[in-house]
Amino acid sequence: MNTYLGANNIVSPLGFTTASNMEALLQGTAAVKQQHFPFSESLFCCSKIEETDLNTRFSRLSKIDAFTHLEKMCILSINDVVKQSGIDLKNKENLLIISTTKGNIDVLEGAYKNIDSHRGYLSEFAKTVGKFFDCGFAPLVVSNACISGLLAIIIAKRLIENKSYKNIIVCGADIISEFTLSGFKSFNALSEVPARPFDKNRIGINLGEAASSILLSSDAISTIKISSGNSANDANHISGPSRNGDGLFQAVKNTLGDSKIKTVDFISAHGTATEYNDEMESVAFSRAQLHQVPLNSLKGYYGHTLGAAGVLESVVAVQSLLSNTLIQSAGFDTKGTSHELNVIKKTEHKVINSCLKTASGFGGCNAAALFEKV
Amino acid sequence: MKAKIVSYCKIKNNTVWVNGEKFYVDNQSVDITTFLAHLYKQLNLNYPKFFKMDNLCKLGILATELAIQNNSEFNNYEKDKVAISLSNNSSSIETDRNHIKTIADKNQYFPSPSLFVYTLPNIIIGEIAIKYKLTGENSFFISEKFDENLMCTYDSILLNEAQSSHTTAVIGGWVNVDGNEGEGFIYCLEKANFNPDRTGFSSSYNSETIHKFYNKTE
Repeated sequence: MNTYLGANNIVSPLGFTTASNMEALLQGTAAVKQQHFPFSESLFCCSKIEETDLNTRFSRLSKIDAFTHLEKMCILSINDVVKQSGIDLKNKENLLIISTTKGNIDVLEGAYKNIDSHRGYLSEFAKTVGKFFDCGFAPLVVSNACISGLLAIIIAKRLIENKSYKNIIVCGADIISEFTLSGFKSFNALSEVPARPFDKNRIGINLGEAASSILLSSDAISTIKISSGNSANDANHISGPSRNGDGLFQAVKNTLGDSKIKTVDFISAHGTATEYNDEMESVAFSRAQLHQVPLNSLKGYYGHTLGAAGVLESVVAVQSLLSNTLIQSAGFDTKGTSHELNVIKKTEHKVINSCLKTASGFGGCNAAALFEKV
Repeated sequence: MKAKIVSYCKIKNNTVWVNGEKFYVDNQSVDITTFLAHLYKQLNLNYPKFFKMDNLCKLGILATELAIQNNSEFNNYEKDKVAISLSNNSSSIETDRNHIKTIADKNQYFPSPSLFVYTLPNIIIGEIAIKYKLTGENSFFISEKFDENLMCTYDSILLNEAQSSHTTAVIGGWVNVDGNEGEGFIYCLEKANFNPDRTGFSSSYNSETIHKFYNKTE
């Protein structure tokens, strides 16, 4: 049985559709830029969706004051997929999965006067989004740090192949907030200039906000399938990756093993541009004999969009397969990891049939999934 | 479904039950922090990392320890084949509130990395993975209440050979902390054919039994 990856969307500063995002990526346009926030004198380099743009779009769907920034992003993203696919979320054969790390964290920060404080709970946030689409079931929520989005896609595949549901829309989303900016800053993990994944001069991450959605189905709705996917834990440290890349290696090994293939045409890596993460990935890919496979990270364009990242990057991977395009890994110039990697330096068109998507996160978690043309 | 539940621990209202039997009652603690410290002492854990954890992780570690102590086969599992599949309603909300307190006052702005790292619910999965060296599958779900149907469906998929050969056993359940209220329910599941001759507690795993065990607090 196959699970297909169909209609999809990206809501980001680069656009409100997948097409507009892909166009920007092909032109090498990045969403991350230096900006000031009222809460700090420091500059932050991050990608943030303009409230006015979001409200202009959202006002065509519903009242802008009734929803939070994140809820509006999610509803716009899911609505695009619903419109494209005709999937009815009322129908109990269909499910909505939301992946997020912090949900409406701005509600907990007290950013809204007219929004009930309970919406700061992830389940209430998800229910609000689900209610907009009259979902037959309360949306399933996956909150597993930075692998949330990719893990949600793997979970969706498993539920479909278990015949629990026929169609599942996975929406990954997180916002820029003082909460996450101050937290990552306290880790000294933020870069004040655009992130440079895998580069020798990388100094840290940019944060970003986005909502991205994709439809998975047991019906042959597209020519791309998710062939396999697994997660694994480093069992090493809660805030630092394993030096040996153990968890990522295990997730990749199991994922390639399940599909009985040895290599892939390209890798959509996690690549946060921190010293330790990128180094860990180079070790894991080298152990998996994938060091010659063309690889990119999209963090130089979007920053790290946390719970959205796995979905957003999977959507771009699917589009890359469909258009036979290897997208340049923004910010990369000189090898900066102890092990060799084939980081894509220039966007090029080339026939590609398979993609390995990976993610790693706090709590020692790692995930890998294989997307292939049917 | 070819899975069995081989041990479980429930912690609620300063009381601990193991495999349905009352194991420990603390009538003195007035808050969850003190209760968790008392229970830690009671278990003689000698795990200094415990004191760095937030209450969510402390609760999860103690419930997991008791579930594992009562699972005679635990040391026979290959550690890369043990999945951790947890859920709660409040995510990491207590630590979220504490992090917000550190950034609320511009004159006393001290966000701390050792606190911030606990603002993710799956950190408890990481803590369990580290303590017991478990490198298998991970998943953290959010649901308003303990959702036995969701957990049972997903855990059964993990243990189902046809879909995945990577999981022999699952540490599963619910760990929730909100304000001074905490509730932990951790169970060990294994493939029904793992050791057909195992002795002691064992029950078939389905949403009815798990619902019953979750509610079995006299």
